[in-house]
Amino acid sequence: MAIWLTENSKIIVQGITGSEGSKHSARMLRSGANVVGGVNARKAGTTVTLEGRELPVFGTVAEAIKATGADVSVVFVPPKFTKDAVVEAIEAEIPLAVVITEGVPVQDSAEFWALAVAKGGKTRIIGPNCPGIASPGKSNAGIIPADITPGGRIGLVSKSGTLTYQMMFELRDFGFSTCVGIGGDPVIGTTHIDALQAFQDDPETDAIVMIGEIGGDAEERAAAYIEQHITKPVVGYVAGFTAPEGKTMGHAGAIVSGSAGTAQAKKDALEKVGVRVGKTPSETARLMREIMQNL
Amino acid sequence: MDLFEHQAKELFAEYGVPVPTGKVASTPAEAKAIATELFAAGSKKVVIKAQVKTGGRGKAGGVKLADTPDEAEALATQILGMDIKGHTVHKVLVEEGSAIAQEFYFSFLLDRANRTYLSICTVEGGVEIEEVPHDQLALIPISPLEGVDAAKAREIAVAGRLPEVALDGATDIIAKLWTVFTKEDATLVEVNPLILTADDQVRALDGKVSLDENASFRQPRQAELEDKAAADPLEARAKEKDLNYVKLDGNVGIIGNGAGLVMSTLDVVAYAGEEFPGSPKPANFLDIGGGASAEVMAAGLEIILSDPSVKSIFVNVFGGITACDAVANGIVAAYELLASRGETVDRPLVVRLDGNNAELGRQILNDAELKGVEQVETMDDAARRAAELAAVGA
Repeated sequence: MAIWLTENSKIIVQGITGSEGSKHSARMLRSGANVVGGVNARKAGTTVTLEGRELPVFGTVAEAIKATGADVSVVFVPPKFTKDAVVEAIEAEIPLAVVITEGVPVQDSAEFWALAVAKGGKTRIIGPNCPGIASPGKSNAGIIPADITPGGRIGLVSKSGTLTYQMMFELRDFGFSTCVGIGGDPVIGTTHIDALQAFQDDPETDAIVMIGEIGGDAEERAAAYIEQHITKPVVGYVAGFTAPEGKTMGHAGAIVSGSAGTAQAKKDALEKVGVRVGKTPSETARLMREIMQNL
Repeated sequence: MDLFEHQAKELFAEYGVPVPTGKVASTPAEAKAIATELFAAGSKKVVIKAQVKTGGRGKAGGVKLADTPDEAEALATQILGMDIKGHTVHKVLVEEGSAIAQEFYFSFLLDRANRTYLSICTVEGGVEIEEVPHDQLALIPISPLEGVDAAKAREIAVAGRLPEVALDGATDIIAKLWTVFTKEDATLVEVNPLILTADDQVRALDGKVSLDENASFRQPRQAELEDKAAADPLEARAKEKDLNYVKLDGNVGIIGNGAGLVMSTLDVVAYAGEEFPGSPKPANFLDIGGGASAEVMAAGLEIILSDPSVKSIFVNVFGGITACDAVANGIVAAYELLASRGETVDRPLVVRLDGNNAELGRQILNDAELKGVEQVETMDDAARRAAELAAVGA
């Protein structure tokens, strides 16, 4: 099974002709993901050849869906054009849009999110500013390296890219059902809660690692959700205990404002509902290892 | 990016939001000159307000009333250079005093939790908004698709229980502040207090604006609004080189890839530091991102080495898309680049490489035999070693 992305997923890439888009489309293909085409209005009707496959370039997402049956779009277009690209994906009602682009103005994200909601939530958005989603051994939509870990029965949801990779690496002997990088922007499409819910419902996921970081209150809300709805074991990690107030730590959303958004508050909220929270990434992996060994 | 009050008010004025007449001064003489103009134009009183990006200025003595230009000068002398919650006052806003009949609160902000915008309005203004009981606040979500028109603006003012006499003025201001919020790519536009004057005018007596730096590509003005004077000199230099660097107060220099991993590295180093004398802590946050080319690595090392408080450096890289051999080559090339400029890496460097091509990367560093470079296999052990070296070097 895995969540949201399976061996049956058909992927298109918005921005496939750009440098990042073509590089990562090739990587996705190499990892076995079924990339079926791309979108670039100015190059509609042409093809790009990646990894020995000739992929059609369409003028719009709607045309790409019609021609290929694509159900996932990965967005690599630059920040200036990201909103229009995501709006187009939503209008075309693609089931999953994975927005990799970093540096998207938050009002643009708020706008495409509002549109996705207004359209009845037909399009799940992951990101922006995220590494994407990988179901190891099945498919890969985004920039998560495919060879870190084989498939397995741990689900992973994380605000951070490299911490995701680190965790996948530390627990590669168990493997992962799906790893979702939701991104560290203030407004994101898919949240920790969405992923927790999907992992809870996924018969191929036994336990969940949740990685958070300073800023906002997504982890606190996830904790409340876990208490009510999640019966599978969850292990947590929160980055940014030593981050000073008022400084943005790399991710646009990673900022402590006053007493809000601190790592300690997030850890406390998670521990209060029985989630074991590691002090470091390796301790977090150790906690998950114990859980997997005792299942 | 947060704006100073005077910048926020200048922005408000541009969009037609009524604000008191005033100008910013950086010397007592300038303050006196502005006050002289204001009195000549009919002001009964003049207000001198410290320009710092923090709350509680009034309580700290950073806001004072003057009756004469000389008094304005004397007060400016007192306030300039004052420290308010760690912020030094470099400028004061000198503006006409307002006859305040009533104080309200109004803001538009990004509501992260609900992924939408929120307006907050209350008749209970002029105090810290956190101190106002929640049931006194009108919290009205604003759809990014629908925005705020005159009817919505009036709905907000009414919900905030603003008095009848203030409704027309407040409605006009709220609609204009919405334009400020959207046109300037703000994440916060706050007016506290929004006042009703003795002659029934509504105006913004204070202003707080935060702008989204991700929008800088379409907001060229952001570059002028940036407070370059306040930026840490190392942060300013790092910014010029496009490095994602934040200065911290410890002595272990940190370089890593990915914001989350670097934040985590800071934590792990701080925990490890507790075991050693003087409790070494991270000296900085530096995310070199996905690429980690020799140039970026050299630029990063250079910034960190120019921080005299740094006693050891920890390079923590997990090779995802970036292969570790590329990172190792980056470190080697950075050493060569620095050496070619006559600079040397004179402090120990602890390197942890894991992930994509880690073996090859480690081999490259071993073969290069760079002075002071040590490799440690795990993140936790490497953090401990870097902290230990900082404790020794202290």
